[in-house]
Amino acid sequence: MSLYQVQKFLYNLNRDEQIQNSFTKNKEEVLVDYDLTEEESNALVSGNIGLLYVLGVNGQILMHFAAYLKIEWFDYLQAMRDGIAEHGPVRAGIYAMTGGGKQFAQAPDSSDGEGVGDSSQ
Amino acid sequence: MSLVYAGILSHAPGITGRANLVDNEEARDEFYASLEKQRLEIEETGAEVLIVIAAEHFANFFMDNMPAYCIGIGDKHSGPIEDSEWLKIEKTKIPGAPELATRLVKSVMHSVDVAYSEEWRCDHGIMVPLNFLTPDYDMPVIPCNINCQGPPLTPLSRVWQFGEALRIACDEQSEKIAIVGTGGISHWPATPDSGKINEEWDRAFLNQLMHQDKQQLLSYVDEEVYAEAGQGGFEIRTLIAAAAAAGGRGDLQFYTAALPIFAVGCTVARFDISP
Ligand SMILES: [Fe+2]
Repeated sequence: MSLYQVQKFLYNLNRDEQIQNSFTKNKEEVLVDYDLTEEESNALVSGNIGLLYVLGVNGQILMHFAAYLKIEWFDYLQAMRDGIAEHGPVRAGIYAMTGGGKQFAQAPDSSDGEGVGDSSQ
Repeated sequence: MSLVYAGILSHAPGITGRANLVDNEEARDEFYASLEKQRLEIEETGAEVLIVIAAEHFANFFMDNMPAYCIGIGDKHSGPIEDSEWLKIEKTKIPGAPELATRLVKSVMHSVDVAYSEEWRCDHGIMVPLNFLTPDYDMPVIPCNINCQGPPLTPLSRVWQFGEALRIACDEQSEKIAIVGTGGISHWPATPDSGKINEEWDRAFLNQLMHQDKQQLLSYVDEEVYAEAGQGGFEIRTLIAAAAAAGGRGDLQFYTAALPIFAVGCTVARFDISP
């Protein structure tokens, strides 16, 4: 469990275009510099927002990573809900889901009012 | 007296980045109009420099070395660090005020051990306010960050002291200086609960802030703030520091909880500057 290292990598990636370019070209090579478990490394390579969220990556850091991955806003929020459905509650940090999976903001074209996600927290 | 303006405003990436996803355009436009009014009010004071008291969102510091307070003394700052299409703010350079900023740091250090940085990177926490307050980036900006993300966080009593120290520092200068504090009140940003806002909590806090109710403001406890206002509520530090710097009563010019897509109760206020 090396959440600190996961976050440190994302912190460096988020604020450095050179690292972003290197990471786009060869993800594994960039990650060699960080002490990561296989699960963490896979999550970073595949851009698994849901798992990274559950692992406890700080929300600001994860949000900036999702922006770098060009994930649409509502897809990003859903990816975190899906991560909880699959892996259970957030394991560390201050960004736990506390709203039971409820959607607090709607896409303008969605008509189903206050949707409820499939949360398990 | 060289502090000529003090106020607060919200920051959140959605305020610029998700403007097109708003389902309440009237509220959005009213909010934008209030921000434009704030820009004009700052301009009318003749302010030459803008100090932005903001919250660190991991644009500058990480947990290998996290200052509680930092002031940007570089001759320019860069930003946003975020994808500019996502934030809908172009990457740019913002002029700093190195000489003045260094004088402020020296003065503040008498009461708060503030860190300083010549290599400041701005994230949405500063870029969104600047987008409205100095859209042409033609006003020198002195960024200040308070750690509101990586606990342990600085106590509110120190935040107050930091605001007062900034005020004393400003008053020693000949330049006309404006200060804005920018933070969320209750909000749960960057979680699936994004858009959740505790309006009642926000209004109670803002009422205390507008009345300079120091005792109430400093009585907030992080555990309770987390439960009632989310981890985003830790950013009240930036707003409390601005109030302490101003010293005078506030006028809440705008507040709405009706823009959940912005993920924050949208706020604009101005303080009187105490003599
Ligand atoms: Fe923030």
